[in-house]
This record gives sequence, structure tokens and C-alpha cells, in this order.
Amino acid sequence: MNFAVLQFPGSNCDQDVVHALRHVLGHSVELRWHKEASLGAADAVVVPGGFSYGDYLRTGAIARFSPVMEAVRQFAAAGGLVLGICNGFQILCEAGLLPGALIRNRSLQFRCEHIFLKTSTPDSPFTNRIPPDNLLRLPIAHGEGCYYADADTLARLKANHQILWRYVNAQGEITADANPNGALDHIAGICNEGRNVAGLMPHPERASEPILGSTDGRLILESMIAALASRPTAAG
Amino acid sequence: MKAKIVVMPKQAVLDPQGKAIQNALTQMGYHGIGAVRVGKYLEIELTNSDPEAARQQIDAACHKILSNPVIEDYRFEIE
Repeated sequence: MNFAVLQFPGSNCDQDVVHALRHVLGHSVELRWHKEASLGAADAVVVPGGFSYGDYLRTGAIARFSPVMEAVRQFAAAGGLVLGICNGFQILCEAGLLPGALIRNRSLQFRCEHIFLKTSTPDSPFTNRIPPDNLLRLPIAHGEGCYYADADTLARLKANHQILWRYVNAQGEITADANPNGALDHIAGICNEGRNVAGLMPHPERASEPILGSTDGRLILESMIAALASRPTAAG
Repeated sequence: MKAKIVVMPKQAVLDPQGKAIQNALTQMGYHGIGAVRVGKYLEIELTNSDPEAARQQIDAACHKILSNPVIEDYRFEIE
């Protein structure tokens, strides 16, 4: 598969995503600078983590107006797979490709640790390879990861099964202590109604090799690869 | 002319910064401190000489980028 990984001024997880996709999973990856207007021959796009534009104004607020984001918008509208990780999730929300917003952690603390996620549904290109009841242990590193949406939006997310991942404790229980940022309904990641655009605050790419302490993140990337492989003609 | 813009978190949105500041003020001995909310204040110099055109442009910019309508409200004046 051909992945496009975006690079904004201030992105700092782009090379981690490239490493996981290229060297760990064996797929081809091209970095796309934010000023580029095309995604090339990409089968899927990853918007990586970091601090695009220094998080000025709001996280993701300026990056969403980069030329490459217009290409992402068209790619997503045509059904292409787009995954936003951490700052990438924030950018996709700002761009309106995902509903809601990420705001300052309730604790006001920057949280940098491993958390557990429960996957709510295997019915998405981002979760199809995750065994039911299998908790994912992934790292987070963010100060503004508290997911927020209004009541109507939350109701729609639930009705359409768009909530893909929730923060849980090591036993898989939803508890206040297991929520690292105060996210609404313990939401760690969601997808759009079309189920081809997803975002999450935890970093799957940083949990793709045993030396990193967890390989659970591979399941998310491998889900995307499996979804692409099952498409006779990939988008893009 | 100059646009003076205030962007505030919506009432329904949690504002942990405001809460922390409220607690600090109370602990410092200031009396009668109620809820605190923290927003942003922007000043933009305008070279446009038509106040109505400037108003429309600033309103559009506030809606499109200077605030996020999901979590924030804005107000502004042109002077």
C-alpha cells in the first residue's frame, strides 16, 4: 500500500509513522509537505502528531488551512482512508472532517504515559483487525486531548457507532481514573459517518514494536491495510 | 481602524483554566470570587476604510478561523 504522511511546520511524529509503516509493516510511504496540493498516488493518508504551527490560536486551527488539507478533503470525500493521530486528530476536527473538538485536559496537565483503550466496534477500516474484548495499551502525550462535542453530536456519534475507542483501566472498565484528560464519555477516538476518516489521541505508531513496550498499535495500522487490501480499486 | 475581538469558551464547555484561577484567587484571600472563564483577546489593525466591509470581513474571519464555533463564541468591535 502507498501511504501519504503529512508534514506541517511543528509536526514531530511524522517520522515515527513512516518508520512503523515502512520498516515495521513493509509498506511504501511518502511524506507530503503541507504546501503540496496533491497527495500523489496515496491509498491512505496519516495526519501525524506534533505541534503544527506551534499550536498557535488553537491546536490544528492554522494547519487546517494548509494547501495539502484541501487535497485531504477531496481524498476523504472520495472515500479515501484518513487517520489523524493526536495533533492530526485535532487538525481533522478543526477541518470539520470529524465532529467535535479537542480542548485543554481537565487536569491542565500534559499527560505522557501509557493508557488502555477499549475498542467499541470492529466495524470500521481502523478497527477490523482488533479482536473483540482485546484492550489496546498505547502511549499518549498531549495537553489538549479532552474530547468535546455538544449533546446532539454525541447522540449522533453513539447512534452511528462512530465512537471507536474509549479510555478504560487495565481491567477494561470505564472509570474516572482511567480517563487521562476528562474526555466526554471517555472518548479517545472517533470516525466520521462515512467511516473512512478517523482520529484518536493515543499514538499507535509508538506502540508498533516490542522494544517500545507494546505492539498493540499495529492492530490499528493493520486494520487500515486489511481494509485497503479488500478494496478492489483503492481511492486516490 | 482596529478590530478588537474577544473569543470565549461556550458556557457548556469546561474551562479548567478558569477553575484553577478561581481557586487561586480564593486561596490568596480575595473575597467574593465567583466563576472565572478564560478567553482570548485579539487586536487587528485594519487598513480598510469602509467600516461595514471591515465588519463583514472580521465576522467571517472570526467564524472561519479566529474562533471554533464548536467550543467558542466571539464578539468584536471596530474602532
